[in-house]
Amino acid sequence: MTVATQMKRRDFLKTGAAIGGGLLLNLYVPDWAPARAAQSTTQPVVLNAFVHIGNDDLVTVVSNHSEMGQGIYTSLPMLIAEELEADWSKIRVQAAPVAAVYNHTVYGIQMTGGSTTTNSEYDRFRKMGAMARVMLISAAAQSWGVDTKSCHAEKGFVVHGASGRRASFGNLAEAAAKLEPPKDVALKDPKDFTIIGKSMQRLDTPSKTNGTAQFGLDVYIPGMLTAVVARSPVFGGKVSSFNGDKAKAVPGVVNVLEVPSGIAVIANGFWPAKLGREKLDIVWDEGPGGEISTVGMREQYAALSKNPGTVARKVGDPATALAGAAKTITAEYEVPYLSHSMMEPLNTVVDLHDDHCEIWTGTQFQTGDRAAAAAVAGLKPAQVDLHTTLLGGGFGRRANPASDFVSEAVHVAKVAKAPVKVVWTREDDIRGGWYRPMWYDHFAAGLDASGNPVAWTHTIVGQSIFDGTMFASFGIKDGVDAASVEGAADIIYSIPNIQVDLHSPKNEVPVQWWRSVGHSHTGFSVEAFLDEVAHAGGKDPYQLRRALLANQPRMLAVLDLAVEKAHWGGPLPRGHARGVATHFSFDSYVAQVAEVSVEKDGRVRVHRIVAAVDCGRTVNPDTVKAQLEGGIIFGLTAALKTEITLDKGRVQQRNFNDYPMVRMFESPEIEVHIVPSTEKPTGVGEPGVPPVAPAVANAIFAATGKRVRRLPIKPEDLRSA
Amino acid sequence: MISFTVNGKAVSVADPPSTPLLWVIRDSLKLTGTKFGCGMALCGACTVHIDGEAVRSCVAPVSRAEGKKITTIEGISPDLTHPLQLAWIEIDVPQCGYCQSGQIMSAAVLLAENPAPTDTDIDEAMSGNICRCGTYPRIRAAIHRAAEIKAQRGAK
Repeated sequence: MTVATQMKRRDFLKTGAAIGGGLLLNLYVPDWAPARAAQSTTQPVVLNAFVHIGNDDLVTVVSNHSEMGQGIYTSLPMLIAEELEADWSKIRVQAAPVAAVYNHTVYGIQMTGGSTTTNSEYDRFRKMGAMARVMLISAAAQSWGVDTKSCHAEKGFVVHGASGRRASFGNLAEAAAKLEPPKDVALKDPKDFTIIGKSMQRLDTPSKTNGTAQFGLDVYIPGMLTAVVARSPVFGGKVSSFNGDKAKAVPGVVNVLEVPSGIAVIANGFWPAKLGREKLDIVWDEGPGGEISTVGMREQYAALSKNPGTVARKVGDPATALAGAAKTITAEYEVPYLSHSMMEPLNTVVDLHDDHCEIWTGTQFQTGDRAAAAAVAGLKPAQVDLHTTLLGGGFGRRANPASDFVSEAVHVAKVAKAPVKVVWTREDDIRGGWYRPMWYDHFAAGLDASGNPVAWTHTIVGQSIFDGTMFASFGIKDGVDAASVEGAADIIYSIPNIQVDLHSPKNEVPVQWWRSVGHSHTGFSVEAFLDEVAHAGGKDPYQLRRALLANQPRMLAVLDLAVEKAHWGGPLPRGHARGVATHFSFDSYVAQVAEVSVEKDGRVRVHRIVAAVDCGRTVNPDTVKAQLEGGIIFGLTAALKTEITLDKGRVQQRNFNDYPMVRMFESPEIEVHIVPSTEKPTGVGEPGVPPVAPAVANAIFAATGKRVRRLPIKPEDLRSA
Repeated sequence: MISFTVNGKAVSVADPPSTPLLWVIRDSLKLTGTKFGCGMALCGACTVHIDGEAVRSCVAPVSRAEGKKITTIEGISPDLTHPLQLAWIEIDVPQCGYCQSGQIMSAAVLLAENPAPTDTDIDEAMSGNICRCGTYPRIRAAIHRAAEIKAQRGAK
């Protein structure tokens, strides 16, 4: 990528001027709130859109990617600091405003997702650091009247080796900013890295231990009201009529107003707004969404899965190979709708004026949200300033293709005629849709006389995520949504005859990308069915995988490492067993070995998970480990705990009592091993999720002989007779 | 008016007595470190101390605070030097960080009552706090580390 050199100087300047012109977060801070971390006292000088340096020597890295827990507010600054030769203790990070210069280098809009931040910015951020360094060195050389080649940068200073003269970045920044940025810059040889590849402490950790980290919900602006919205109890329903008199009688409720998504109760705080909402009388026009039941959907999906759908991938002649196989097995796998359930419920603050709108929210989707807000407000996108706060979890939900939570908040601000914060409750979140789709998979495999798989067919049934979004033409080719078949159509096992096909039924339940997207179901179904194939052929599940990965050296190395560290085949406490799974996703290779036992009452205990990952060159290894650890817990919740079900169109879960998360006492021991690599960095936020459920399910089979083909794993299915 | 202290400072609030303490702390007092996660005492993000006891402030009416000493995450140390803060930073526990105020407030009561908690003690004390990012292994390690830091301080 040569994004850096493609960026025009006027774009740098324009963006710099906009930032200098007062778009920085300027929030109302209560008088006795704790002092915030030290910030530059003077306006930093803009060396480029991503590197600003103050005369106090603080280097502000402007992050165009959202921090939602993945540690990107540390990893991106590391890329810049490495090439800038900055003093790491002087590095600060700040969220970027919305501007074209901050667009994703691959997706072309400003957003965070797809486990792509590190790999998409690996070149650009290093270049930005290197360009700034070259400018600082030039400024120093000019002022000293020496050749730039005789100067170098180290730890926040430019040094003239011959004379020993030194000048800090802060002292040079103003002169450097007046220089023409270099057209191209040489980047360091990785062997000279001093920051990239070292585990650096996260810059945001201190603020996350004393209450000063600011999430969207923590934004308070003068005169702001708080609103909750009563939304349709079924997807696609509309308000037919309503009476807000009783709600308005609740002390603190300011107004009750209709918006397209429902009825907004606007109050002088969250609590009266919530109490007011409970007093609303609303008649809904439910529409066809009121007919949906997941029991009925399951029947429909199961029926569809019996016949091939639109072909996503075909290799060889699977029908003939199946017919001629020494042994064939078939199986059906299913997974439910899932809610993202970020710990911070959705929220947005909107300050709307005739010619200007200011928005604060934790979003993964800046360009789309700003455009949607502008459309609702009747403004141009340039008239909308969107401030990205920290995100209290994202997992995909905060990259909403319809910008649902942002555009709704602008609608509320429009009718409220006051600055307003719209807050979702946990129930709103769990019942609010935009789920990981429900999936139903039908498999058949043919084995030769030696037990090797020679044919593999896989029919997938589930809603398309890309359909109807701005990404439809990017994500759907020849009737196949790539997100529906990822991890299945692109399996990396060597099987001579393969067919993967897809049915994409539609209904009113809105679906969305959920941490690892299609891989969240194909990881489970493919890896659990492959385990069945291994057992049907009388082969060790690890050895079969090894054989089928003979042409995949990176996955083979990952698999071998995980298995070795987990002591595959070694002694275990009575009742314990191991299961293994691999999965290739977001260009990264992951293998996991789970050690489980099953209680008499059918409860599954996951004692230990050993993971190995090859994600190319690692920028911040401890963050890679943290993402794998987190992905494993996230995947374990899906494997053991959660499902969204609907009856008569109504979601039957509401809060963490019936949509339960894995908790501390259920959290296994987790080991993460990183395979050293000099390949380009690949994803880490999501690839830890897909192998968890199959590793656990395969271990359950090893422990009990019971095959798990449906998530979440239910104790009643595993109870001893 | 209901009067109590928050992090050592006397406050009086005019919120209705049944208002959950969480929303008084956040909306009225603008102390935003204490988080809203579920509203049903199911996730622990809103954990504060009332006279040293860990309380889920999302279901505790503000009337319960009358005359009491409330401590929020902002009040556990003025300068990031609480053993839990030091351990959290050393081990880089947080990911998104949203639940961590509640995690630390629950862990603080555990450590105050049990200077050397076992893994089982930690399971019992911390299972009311959900972390969707899955930082449990690090929380566990950090509580053990904080216990060490605390013991070293005591030994000095």
